[in-house]
Amino acid sequence: MITGVITASYIGASALFILALGGLSHQESARRGNLYGMLGMGLALVVTIFGIVTNNYLFLLPGMIAGGAIGWYLAKKVEMTQMPELVAILHSLVGLAAVFVGYANALGHSDLGGVEKTIHDIETYVGILIGAVTFTGSVAAYLKLSARISGKPLQLPGRHLFNAGLGVAAVVFGVLFVEQSAAGGGLLWLVLMTVVALVFGVHMVVAIGGADMPVVVSMLNSYSGWAAAAMGFMLGNDLLIVVGALVGSSGAILSYIMCKAMNRRFVSVILGGFGGGSSKSAGAGQAGEAGNVNPIEAEGVAHLLESAKEVMILPGYGMAVAQAQHTVFEISNKLREMGVNVRFGIHPVAGRMPGHMNVLLAEAKVPYDIVYEMDEINKDFPNVDVSVVIGANDIVNPAAQEVPDSPIAGMPVLEPWNGKTTIVLKRGMATGYAGVDNPLFYKDNTRMLFGDAKESVDAVLKFLGR
Amino acid sequence: MRIGIPKEIDEGEKRVALTPEVAIQLQELGFSLAIETGAGLQASFDDGQYREAGVEIIEDPKELWHSSDIIMKVRPPSQHPELGFYGVELLSKGQTLISFLYPAQNPEMLQELSNRGVTALAMDSVPRISRAQKMDALSSMANIAGYRAVVEASQHFGRFFTGQITAAGKIPPAKVLVIGAGVAGLAAIGAAKSMGAVVRAFDTRPEVKEQVESMDAEFLMLDFDGEDGSGQGGYAKTMSPEFIEAEMALFAEQAKDVDIIITTALIPGKPAPELITEGMVASMKPGSVIVDLAAETGGNCKLTEADQVVVRHGVTLIGYTNLPSRLASQASQLYATNLRHLLSDLCPEKNGEIVVNMEDEVIRGATVVKEGEVTWPPPAPRLSAAPKTDVGDKARVAVKKAEPKPKHPLAFLVPVALAGLGLLGLGSVAPPEFMGHLTVFVLSCFVGYMVIWGVSHSLHTPLMSVTNAISSIIVIGALMQISSEQPLVLILAVLAVFITSINIVGGFAVTQRMLRMFRK
Repeated sequence: MITGVITASYIGASALFILALGGLSHQESARRGNLYGMLGMGLALVVTIFGIVTNNYLFLLPGMIAGGAIGWYLAKKVEMTQMPELVAILHSLVGLAAVFVGYANALGHSDLGGVEKTIHDIETYVGILIGAVTFTGSVAAYLKLSARISGKPLQLPGRHLFNAGLGVAAVVFGVLFVEQSAAGGGLLWLVLMTVVALVFGVHMVVAIGGADMPVVVSMLNSYSGWAAAAMGFMLGNDLLIVVGALVGSSGAILSYIMCKAMNRRFVSVILGGFGGGSSKSAGAGQAGEAGNVNPIEAEGVAHLLESAKEVMILPGYGMAVAQAQHTVFEISNKLREMGVNVRFGIHPVAGRMPGHMNVLLAEAKVPYDIVYEMDEINKDFPNVDVSVVIGANDIVNPAAQEVPDSPIAGMPVLEPWNGKTTIVLKRGMATGYAGVDNPLFYKDNTRMLFGDAKESVDAVLKFLGR
Repeated sequence: MRIGIPKEIDEGEKRVALTPEVAIQLQELGFSLAIETGAGLQASFDDGQYREAGVEIIEDPKELWHSSDIIMKVRPPSQHPELGFYGVELLSKGQTLISFLYPAQNPEMLQELSNRGVTALAMDSVPRISRAQKMDALSSMANIAGYRAVVEASQHFGRFFTGQITAAGKIPPAKVLVIGAGVAGLAAIGAAKSMGAVVRAFDTRPEVKEQVESMDAEFLMLDFDGEDGSGQGGYAKTMSPEFIEAEMALFAEQAKDVDIIITTALIPGKPAPELITEGMVASMKPGSVIVDLAAETGGNCKLTEADQVVVRHGVTLIGYTNLPSRLASQASQLYATNLRHLLSDLCPEKNGEIVVNMEDEVIRGATVVKEGEVTWPPPAPRLSAAPKTDVGDKARVAVKKAEPKPKHPLAFLVPVALAGLGLLGLGSVAPPEFMGHLTVFVLSCFVGYMVIWGVSHSLHTPLMSVTNAISSIIVIGALMQISSEQPLVLILAVLAVFITSINIVGGFAVTQRMLRMFRK
C-alpha cells in the first residue's frame, strides 16, 4: 500500500511541476504556477520523508532547516541585477548535490547483477559526470558574472586538444570503472573521472566570452536538469526523471533562443573565444563614414521627448549597471501623463540572462504591458518619433543587416534607425561586447547624449515638463 | 581668442550674430566675447542680458573691429551709414571674419579681404553635407523664411486657412500651392498645414515626394518621365524646355484653383526661373496671395517687386527679401547656434584658439580667404546624399545570399532513423525496467519542449529560477539514502539535503519575489 501511495504522490508532484512551468506562459498565471511548484515540491518531500526515510531524522531536519534558512536569506537580499549570479550559484549547488547523491549511491549496498548492474553503474557514472561539470562550470560562471575573474575568454594554446583529451579520459575511466565495479571495486576510477569533470567544467566556462554569458547560464540550467534525470535513472525514480527532463529541455530551449538572438551557433559558443575584443574585423563596418556624430544635451532630449507622440525606450545592460532604470521609469511615467505613448523594446539578449531586462524593468515598476519583445515592435519603428537607446550597443547595430562581413552580420537587432529620431545615451564611443563599430551613431537622425546613463537620465527628468 | 560682434547696419536687418545663451557656450570653448552696444536690441536681447552672460559691451564699433581676433556677423560688411567706415577696411592680418559673404556676388570684397591678409569664412559656403547640417545657416534661415512666408500670406489673405462649419455657414479651407520643396518649401508646407490649409507642393526633384507626403501634403506629379531635376549639393538644376512647358501648364491649371502660392525656386548663381506668368496671376481669384521667396534674384513671378507688397490684378504679391529678419529673435538664435557649431569644429582643443584645417571638408568649403589667399571656389564636394542607398541594397543582397541552401526534403528523416536504430539497439539488451524509465524520460522531454515554448519571453528569468528550484528534486535521491547505516553515505546524503534545501527555498522564494514585481 505504502509504495502505491508514494508512487501516486510522485505522479501528482510531476503533474504539479508541469503546471508550474505551464503557468509561466502569462504574467497573470505565473504566480499561481509558482505555487503549484511549491506544492509539488512539498508533496514530494513530505511523502518521501514519511514514507521512505526510516531513521536519522536528527541529521535530516537540521540540514533542511539550515539550508532552507540560507536559501531564504539569499532570495530576500539578492539585487535584481545580480540574478544571473544567484542563478549560477544555485545551479552549482544542484550539480554538487548530484555528485554527493551519486557517490552515496555508489558507496551504498547494491544487490544488482549482470546487465542491470552495468546499466546502473553507467547511470551513476554519467550522473556524477554531469553533476561535476555543472558544479565547477557554474562556479566559474558565477565568478565571471560577479567580475571576480575576467570576463575575457581564456584561450589556452591547444585548448581544443585539451578538451578532447579530457573527453577521452572520461570514457576510458568509465569503461575501467564499469569493469572493476562488477567485481566490487573501481572507486578510484570514479574519483579520477570526477577530477577530470571538475577541470572540464571550469575550462569550458572560462573559455567563453562575456557576451555569451546568457547562453552559458541557460546551458548550465539545462545541465542541472540532465544531472537530476541521470540521478533518477540511477535510483529508478520516475519523479526525478520527469523533473530532470523538464528542466533539461527548458535550459536547452533557452540556450537555443539565446543563440538565435545573437546569431551564434551553439557549438561555436561552447568552443568559446567570442567577445573578448579579439575580433579581427572590428570596425570593418562603414569605417569610412565614421567620426561624425551629432551630440545633444539633456535639455534637448527633454524637448524632443515632450514633443513626440510615440516614444520607444530600448534599454541594454548598461542601464542596469548604472542603476538608471528607476529614473527611466519616472521619465516614462511623466511622458505618459503628458499623453505620449511610451513603450519599451527588449532584445532577447539585452540582459545577462534570458528575460533579465524584463525583471529589471518590473523591479522599477514598469508595467509589463508596455514592455514589448523585439519581434513585436520592430515593424512599428517607422511610426516612432523618438527612440531612446540606453546603455545598449550591439543589439541596435545596423551593421548586422548592412555589413555582410561584420562579425555580427545576420544577428537580429532592434531597428530604431527606421524611426524619426534616435537618441543614444552612452558613456563614450567605445564598442560593445562584439567589438564592432556601430554605424547607428553616425546616422543623420541619431543624436548622442554622452555621459553616465544615470546622470544623463536624471538630467533629462529634471528638464521634462519645464 | 576674442570674438567681436558688431551691430548689423543694413537697412531692415534686425538679426544679431550672438545670443546670450550661445555666448555662455562659446565661453566654455575658451573664447572671450565683446559686442557692440545695442547690437541685439532689435532681436529682443538687451545689453544687460549680454553682460550677464559674460560679454563685454563696447561703445565704439571701430574699436570692436580693431580689437577682435574674430568678427562674427550676419550680413556681409558694408559701408556704415552714420560713421562712414567700411568694416573690411578696418581688418588687418591675422583677423578672421565669419559671416554671410556671398563670394560669387562680391568679388571685390573677396579681393579686399585677400589684400588685407585676413581669413574669411562664408556661412553661405558651408557644404551641404550631412555632417555640416548643424552649421548650415542657409538651411536654418530658409526654414524661418518658409514659416514666415505663410504668416505673411495669412496677413494679406482675407480668409481663414482652416475649413470650418459654423452656424453662420460653411467655410472652405484655403488651398496653398508650394513650389519648390527645399528647406523653405517644406517649412512653408508644415506651417500652412498646421494652420489647417489644403497644401499641394511641386518640385522638379522626384526624391522629395516622400518628404512632402510625410508632411501630409499632396505632391503634384508631372506626367513627364525621364528627367530628374536633382543637381549638385541638394539643389535643383535647370530643366529642358519640354519639361518646363509641361510644368507651366500644371501651374496655369493650379493657379485657377488655389488661393495662395508660395514660390521658393532658386538655382544657385543664376536668376530665379520665371514660373508664374502675368496670365496666371490674372487667372487667380481676387484676394489671392503670392509670396515670392526668390524676389531677391528677380522673383519666380515677373510682377513681384523686391521688398515690396504690391497688388496686381486683384492678387497681392509679397516680395520681402528679409523674411528671416522678420523673425529676428528666432533667426538670431538659430544663426548664432550655427556659428557656435562652426566654431566648435574650428576649435577642436576647446582652448579658445581656432585652427583653419583645410583637410576638413566642411571648413575647407566655408573658407573663402585663408590668410590673404583666395580659396574660393572650393573643389567639388565629394559625394551627394543620394547614391548612398545602393551600398545598403548591395549589402542586403549579400546578407541574403549567405542564407543556407534549402535541404533535401527528406533530410529530416536521417536523425529520426538514427534515433530509432539507437533505441532498438538499446532495447535489445536493456532490462524492461530501464526501458520503462526511458519511456518516462523521453515523454517528459517532449512535454517539457511543448510547455517551455509556451513560456512568455519576459518570464525567462523567473523560469530559470523556478526550474532551478524544482531541479533540486534531487533531494529525493538524498532522502532515499539518508537512512543508511554507513557513516560516509549518511554524511554525503545529509550534505546533499542541506544544499538542495538552500536551492529549493531560495529558488521558489526568489521566483515569487520576481513575479510579484510584474504588474500592469
